[in-house]
Amino acid sequence: MQGTDCMCLFITFLTGDKALDGYSKKKYICKLLFIFLLGHDIDFGHMEAVNLLSSNKYTEKQIGYLFISVLVNSNSDLIRLINNGIKNDLSSRNPTFMNLALHCIANVGSREMAEAFASEVPRILVAGDTVDSVKQSAALCLLRLNRTSPDLVPMGEWTARVVHLLNDQHLGVVTAATSLITTLALKSPDDFKTSVSLAIARLSRIVTSASIDLQDYTYYFVAAPWLSVKLLRLLQCYPPPEDAALRSRLTECLETILNKAQEPPKSKKVQHSNAKNAVLFEAIALIIHHDSEPTLLVRACNQLGQFLQHRETNLRYLALESMCTLASSEFSHEAVKTHMETVINALKTERDVSVRQRAVDLLYAMCDRSNAKQIVAEMLSYLETADYSIREEIVLKVAILAEKYAVDYTWYVDTILNLIRIAGDYVSEEVWYRVIQIVINRDDVQGYAAKTVFEALQAPACHENLVKVGGYILGEFGNLIAGDSRSSPLVQFNLLHSKFHLCSVPTRALLLSAYIKFINLFPEIKATIQDVLRSDSQLRNADVELQQRAVEYLRLSCIASTDILATVLEEMPPFPERESSILAKLKRKKGRGNLPDIDEARKNVNVNGNGNSEPSDKIEATNKVSSPSFTDLLNLNSTPSAGNTLLVDVFSDNSTFSATEVSEENFARFICKNNGVIYENQLLQIGLKSEYRQNLGRMYVFYGNKTSTQFLNFSTSVTSTDILRTQLNIHAKTVDPVIEGGAQVQQILNIECLSGFTDTPVLNVQFRYGGMMQNISLKLPVMLNKFFQPTEMSSQDFFQRWKQLGAPQQEVQKIFKSKHPMDAEVTKAKIIGFGVALLEGVDPNQENFVGAGVIHTKSIQVGCLLRLEPNVQAQMYRLTLRTSKDSVSQRLCDLLSEQF
Amino acid sequence: MIKAILIFNNHGKPRLSKFYEHYTEDTEQQIIRETFHLVSKRDENVCNFLEGGMLIGGSDYKLIYRHYATLYFVFCVDSSESELGILDLIQVFVETLDKCFENVCELDLIFHVDKVHNILAEMVMGGMVLETNMNEIITQVDAQNKMEKSETFIFQSTRQDR
Repeated sequence: MQGTDCMCLFITFLTGDKALDGYSKKKYICKLLFIFLLGHDIDFGHMEAVNLLSSNKYTEKQIGYLFISVLVNSNSDLIRLINNGIKNDLSSRNPTFMNLALHCIANVGSREMAEAFASEVPRILVAGDTVDSVKQSAALCLLRLNRTSPDLVPMGEWTARVVHLLNDQHLGVVTAATSLITTLALKSPDDFKTSVSLAIARLSRIVTSASIDLQDYTYYFVAAPWLSVKLLRLLQCYPPPEDAALRSRLTECLETILNKAQEPPKSKKVQHSNAKNAVLFEAIALIIHHDSEPTLLVRACNQLGQFLQHRETNLRYLALESMCTLASSEFSHEAVKTHMETVINALKTERDVSVRQRAVDLLYAMCDRSNAKQIVAEMLSYLETADYSIREEIVLKVAILAEKYAVDYTWYVDTILNLIRIAGDYVSEEVWYRVIQIVINRDDVQGYAAKTVFEALQAPACHENLVKVGGYILGEFGNLIAGDSRSSPLVQFNLLHSKFHLCSVPTRALLLSAYIKFINLFPEIKATIQDVLRSDSQLRNADVELQQRAVEYLRLSCIASTDILATVLEEMPPFPERESSILAKLKRKKGRGNLPDIDEARKNVNVNGNGNSEPSDKIEATNKVSSPSFTDLLNLNSTPSAGNTLLVDVFSDNSTFSATEVSEENFARFICKNNGVIYENQLLQIGLKSEYRQNLGRMYVFYGNKTSTQFLNFSTSVTSTDILRTQLNIHAKTVDPVIEGGAQVQQILNIECLSGFTDTPVLNVQFRYGGMMQNISLKLPVMLNKFFQPTEMSSQDFFQRWKQLGAPQQEVQKIFKSKHPMDAEVTKAKIIGFGVALLEGVDPNQENFVGAGVIHTKSIQVGCLLRLEPNVQAQMYRLTLRTSKDSVSQRLCDLLSEQF
Repeated sequence: MIKAILIFNNHGKPRLSKFYEHYTEDTEQQIIRETFHLVSKRDENVCNFLEGGMLIGGSDYKLIYRHYATLYFVFCVDSSESELGILDLIQVFVETLDKCFENVCELDLIFHVDKVHNILAEMVMGGMVLETNMNEIITQVDAQNKMEKSETFIFQSTRQDR
């Protein structure tokens, strides 16, 4: 039905608009909107909408704008026409038309629009004769432009006048202006300092007013709740005011809000309590943000404590959430702790998973040395029944708390083993790596750990993660419990081996390593273990890794003397002290934004003066490096693949071009540039000039004869490997077979990228000079990055996409020493030369570079984000690339990392 | 900031979608579906907030929703918005719709897509709340209706003349 409907509409549009009256046009556009809503592409009617938008009739104009703001995305070809219509409407002085135009700018918010109207909108906003409703729209429109293209909206003389909008008569204008100022103040606090006093004055007037004063803006007996919330948000951009009078006025406001919350409700409607509490929660957020008035903090905490048992689920949820931040303030931390029982109870009885999750967050935030054991125990017991969606997070939290507040490490080991027992599937590698790391680093707990894992392994069915931990720990410290006849070497070995066949390949590999360690620890069971290693299921295992380990370990145990064995299989040295990689994992999981993180929140307290400092940023930085290298240390996952590819490379190179040596000395220089001399000897100079668009490229190759005599039989060819031929098409035009002395000839190569590739085509040049045949081969600088199209995007977009590409195989990271002096400008030029758009102001750290681009190939397009973090002191770089294809990430990383 | 406003019915059929950030059509549809799955499996009487789905940005964003008879009203917002405030905003939106359509029902949203969009535009602009005062909103909407009517009238009368 929709198909035919669509066709009708399509035909109607095609036959021209003259036949249609305004009503029918409107009807059709509404139908199109509905079809679009149901998920069908609408790729016609755009032009029609632009015409409607330029009409003088309100009805047509409105429907035109509606269509445009719902359907047109920011990079449509029609933007210029639309801009034209908007321009006319903005200058029309008709408030309705102006509002429509401003709405359209705000909703589409494209760069072209920002370019066209960034200077006009502020002018409208502060002009004296603008009507209120237009001012409102202009404020929000400006806010939107500032979000999407901050560079195009410079601060100017209008800033001071915007601040004064806080005094406007019309509360709608004040609300819009407050939103605008809050966003601007976050970016440049100094320019908007004056807004603090105005905001406090305004807030005070609202809070103390009788509700009838504000007439329309009173919502269910609450005076202008929305504006109050906005003003309180704005105040959260700044520290507490220094001026004493102002400060006491604000305190008074906050107290009044807290008092009003205690008053009996003026209405039974839920809207009344919602509006009242919206203001209350925001006031509490401000109190927590200021963190300077102990009495207010404690009052806030008590107020929230009441909500913890409120019958409204929403309030319980929000109370738990606010308390999370409150727990990080030193003034109220103790007060929050008094509610522990209630929170634990919430965890057990709450019906709603959202609320339970907040309860877990709060328990995590309020945990300290005094209550750690209880909280961890409660979380562990909750874990048994927890929702699947939040189990992993709880596991991480338990692991972190257990480590952080462990007084004796036997408790820590017990907790983690319990964790694996209860929720083994949700225990990520980081968690069990960490327990091993800690056991190895602490002599006092090793014997206990060995004993405990030995006991845990007795269970008939135990989780594979437990087998891993058990294998590793017994392999290292099994000797500590071997004295007991119940855990003699042979018993230990049989116990481990009884699990062997049920485990996956990586675990088996780990167990094999444990066995060879046993040979060193307990020479008396060497023969038994050798028998196991010698069995067909090991020596002829289908898995290369297992087979290799079995063969090598067997040989090692046979030929090496006891001394050598003892050296090779020595106990692992302590790991260098690192901060927990689990913490980093939790941060990644939660996203940086609203993480109720202890460290981070406490850091805020430090800004205010005291408290123990915990360098959480540094933690994160080191962790990203540490987690992969940690894996290496454990050396469990070393696959032989690296060796394999190397081997293949050698073969492929040899087989294709055995005759001449392929020159690639200048190859790397062309990664970030397109033109220059790629080869030169006494006879010949080869220059390149190339241009690329999307997946197509054209390369001009210039052959210059440097001698005074002719080159004869001059011929060239481009060769590719078999794989490359399916990925890259290169078509070379023929060249003249004779090059006169001193002359230059040009050859054109047309290039088409079919799919992602890593190999490099080779240009072979042959000619006869002075009776001798000359052969030259060189790698043609056609690499994957040449097919980049740069992509501009905002910081928000960038991080959103960055997160979307978070799968481990999509990211490639490389840390390398800088080969050239570290000059920011040179680096920028290189990144731009590499083909991506250099995104300024995206990375919170100014030193870092981020870029984005799309690789165009015929079959697919691959979006690519990159981040380069220089460390000037260490003369190192860290390069991270994320693309949707792992092979592409790897190749780009290899190419770019050569450049610095 | 409000990232998206979605209305769908109990079966997940979208009745209004407004995105304040650009997504491709496919992603928009996926977001609607994902959101529906997240919201529809929740009991009545649980809280009105939950963390956003993966497509919309995960736990950095909250879904704030209300369920009225056959329709779900879902606002996806970032941490800069007050949860209860948005909840009230949904209420204002619904009450406004109710006044404009006199006992609003699902069919009104289908047959008056443009009107619903216009009412929403009076409340939310570019992801920020423009106006929360219902009387003000209704005044604006009425003024628009009046203009519309007068134009239709002129238009029809000229046509009759011909």
